[in-house]
Amino acid sequence: MSQLSQEQAVESLFPRLEPLLMSVSKPVQYVGGELNSLVKDWSSCDVRWCLMYPDAYEVGLPNQGVQILYEVLGELDGVLVERTYSVWPDLEALMREHGIPQFTVDAHRPVGAFDIFGISFSTELGYTNMLNALDLAGVPIEAADRTGDHPIVIAGGHAAFNPEPVADFIDAAVLGDGEQAVIAITAVVREWKAEGRPGGRDELLFRLARTGNIYVPRFYDVTYRDDGHIDSVRPNREGIPARVSKHTLMDLDAWPYPKKPLVPLAETVHERFSVEIFRGCTRGCRFCQAGMITRPVRERSIDTIGAMVDAGLKASGFQEVGLLSLSSADHSEIGPIAKQLADRYEGTNTSLSLPSTRVDAFNVDLANEFSRNGRRSGLTFAPEGGSERMRKVINKMVSEEDLIRTVTTAYAQGWRRVKLYFMCGLPTETDDDVLQIADLARKVIQAGRTASGSRDIGCTVSIGGFVPKPHTPFQWAAQLDHPTTDSRLLKLRDTIRTDRQYGKAIGFRYHDGRPGIVEGLLSRGDRRVGRVIKQVWLDGGRFDGWTEYFSFDRWMNAAQTALADSPVDVDWYTTRERERSEVLPWDHLDSGLDKDWLWQDWQDSLSDVEVDDCRWTPCFDCGVCDTMGTDIQVGPTGRTLLPLTVVAAGSAHEAG
Amino acid sequence: MARQPDAREVAPAVQRLRVHFAKRGRLRFTSHRDFQRVFERAVRRAEIPVAYSAGFSPHPKISYVGAASTGAASEAEYLELAVTRVCDPERVRLELDNALPSGFDIVEVVESGGGSLPDRIDASHWRVILNGVSPAAARTAVDAFLQVESIAVERVLKDGRRTLDARLPVVSLGVVEDPGSTDCAILEMVVRHLTPAVRPDDVLVGLRQVSDLAPPLPPLVTRLAQGHLDEFGRLADPLAPDREAAAGIVPAVEIPATP
Repeated sequence: MSQLSQEQAVESLFPRLEPLLMSVSKPVQYVGGELNSLVKDWSSCDVRWCLMYPDAYEVGLPNQGVQILYEVLGELDGVLVERTYSVWPDLEALMREHGIPQFTVDAHRPVGAFDIFGISFSTELGYTNMLNALDLAGVPIEAADRTGDHPIVIAGGHAAFNPEPVADFIDAAVLGDGEQAVIAITAVVREWKAEGRPGGRDELLFRLARTGNIYVPRFYDVTYRDDGHIDSVRPNREGIPARVSKHTLMDLDAWPYPKKPLVPLAETVHERFSVEIFRGCTRGCRFCQAGMITRPVRERSIDTIGAMVDAGLKASGFQEVGLLSLSSADHSEIGPIAKQLADRYEGTNTSLSLPSTRVDAFNVDLANEFSRNGRRSGLTFAPEGGSERMRKVINKMVSEEDLIRTVTTAYAQGWRRVKLYFMCGLPTETDDDVLQIADLARKVIQAGRTASGSRDIGCTVSIGGFVPKPHTPFQWAAQLDHPTTDSRLLKLRDTIRTDRQYGKAIGFRYHDGRPGIVEGLLSRGDRRVGRVIKQVWLDGGRFDGWTEYFSFDRWMNAAQTALADSPVDVDWYTTRERERSEVLPWDHLDSGLDKDWLWQDWQDSLSDVEVDDCRWTPCFDCGVCDTMGTDIQVGPTGRTLLPLTVVAAGSAHEAG
Repeated sequence: MARQPDAREVAPAVQRLRVHFAKRGRLRFTSHRDFQRVFERAVRRAEIPVAYSAGFSPHPKISYVGAASTGAASEAEYLELAVTRVCDPERVRLELDNALPSGFDIVEVVESGGGSLPDRIDASHWRVILNGVSPAAARTAVDAFLQVESIAVERVLKDGRRTLDARLPVVSLGVVEDPGSTDCAILEMVVRHLTPAVRPDDVLVGLRQVSDLAPPLPPLVTRLAQGHLDEFGRLADPLAPDREAAAGIVPAVEIPATP
């Protein structure tokens, strides 16, 4: 009974927040009120979720993962779901001064009053923002200090495939697709609450861990050897599985989310309606964690995509549709999808975009369809490696001829600029591999000038440092130290700048190597790295993904302090190559990939052996489908889109 | 074969609609750019046949008249929009209102009867709520303010620090009588639109300069009306001539009605 009255006491913080908003920048980001957002009655719900994307509202609001889970949960009876984002330091200072806790934007309720606090991590650089949000919410940052009064803190997203660095701060992590997982968690929490919360927090976490799909760090003990290596990771109680498996959503057609996208009042980084046209990728690029952990490929069918685009545009009023995936031109029916959508929205000022396109899957007909009804956007390709040898090492099987042929057609068709993405610091890379990027860019300009007969041709080279990630063949690789990364980038920049014939036509954008070292520490770290994260947060670390807030020195100083009494340091986690026998911090977290297969692929990469895509060649036993009981789901279906009454032909406004 | 900018056929505008809307509650925190984005999306959702400009990046033909600043609420904002088919204004009002988030509320839509809407607006009527300020203290400050001829206040504009005269455009300024209140003063003022604009915030800075009036909390500002200032110091409803034109009353010369 006391529990119930406590739950009923939750009121909106907005009246207290409102006067403070007059003096912060972009106050609109804190007021909520997005189209298609939900506000449910607190006391009529028995399970309450708060979802967070741990970055500023403008970045977090468009996040697909959060929007999907928000809608899936919102559709459940008796389930309340609201959202929160990181507050900027100006508001944080005022909230601390006036004692206002971290709040949701939907109904401005205090985050600490919810049952479950779910945080989605696309990148590890959001960890300090999680600590700050917990602290602002009045929730102890260490999981061990929380009581029955606090929400359970669950991490998800790609970074959750190695949540060990935040193991002390989260109560649980979900690996893989979240749609069904959040429903399963809701059921467990609901049952436990209905039974009168037997066994408290510990029992609830135990019930979640027992499912085998939810990782609860406190039920696993990690032991270390004297030399700093992990000796073992073992469950510490009966009934806890030795390994936790990722969750895979099969049949994307049965889960057509988002149906009603959130449309913000504030300006955000993506102002479009995005439809995921397939999930997973088996191209096998060895650096790509997303491609490894989201297998197998599961396509959405052309008619579901068409229906989602129609419903999403009507519900949002957006003018742009993004067809998302890890490599969108690889959809088995991308041609018909592009043509039929372009036909459908002809004359309505609705544009289509294809954010990720491979050089070898691109064709100009497709690009022309995509620019038919709207602005012609730039073309972006990611060869990733500058030399042919480098591209073999990373298994990005794009030849120089492919690239030149593709850009030649694009320039001949009227495009004037292309963007090329590369990485620096890939395994076995030398200065020469990076400098070949300049040659490639020169050839691109040359081809463009010939094809178009114009000198008004440009390309932009964008390059950043490579960070080895867990669950990839490069999980054993040494990360390149940041001084070497920076010196290679500067050599490349100088080579491009001093080129008299082509230099002016080539733009160069690069990111220095230091943030990559911190990302590397957090990506492949173990539980000991948690101390570093906490120290950085205590020292004022916030918004580490933002250049103006990120401080490399703060991280290095914190690491020195926090790891002082251990045999490991930042280099040990980043620039050290791992051995085959080593226990990796994430070995007990099962992405389905067979560790022996990953090792073999790592060895193959070192001898320039490439691997094919299992969509078009026989299975090469990466292990995922066998372990997870999944299968590739691809078309073509041969179906076509039904004609719609388009926006411009509506008849609601004839003169009456 | 670069695409030709003029290859696209553009449906011509056949009617202009004038929209009176309000910005209320938490939507006071939206900027003008925020409102534009939200409004253009609402137009699409409501399937209003708005006219588009020609060219590479067509944009809807909507013109906004002097928007209230971020943080200020308003009962009287105006815009004009061109449509490619003749629409019933009341129906457009309903459908736009439904498509907009609550707080952006469409008060009235009228068909344009010609003339320029911005030309009918040269002053605003503001209400400013000062929490934590007694009406008596506010009255003292207001009296001191009204007695001087000019008050120089500084403000940071796009082109650097500028000094404005906060007194010059103030046509009237007073404290609303509220006998029950001791810790909340409500000011009302009519301020002429000048360039650069003097805002209620500048008037508050002026009040502070003449009498040390320093509200402990940020003021809550609301625009109650805008229009043409007549010789009696009243604001004429800027849509009145359009309403009269629609009703078949065509004045020989445009005489602004009194509110």
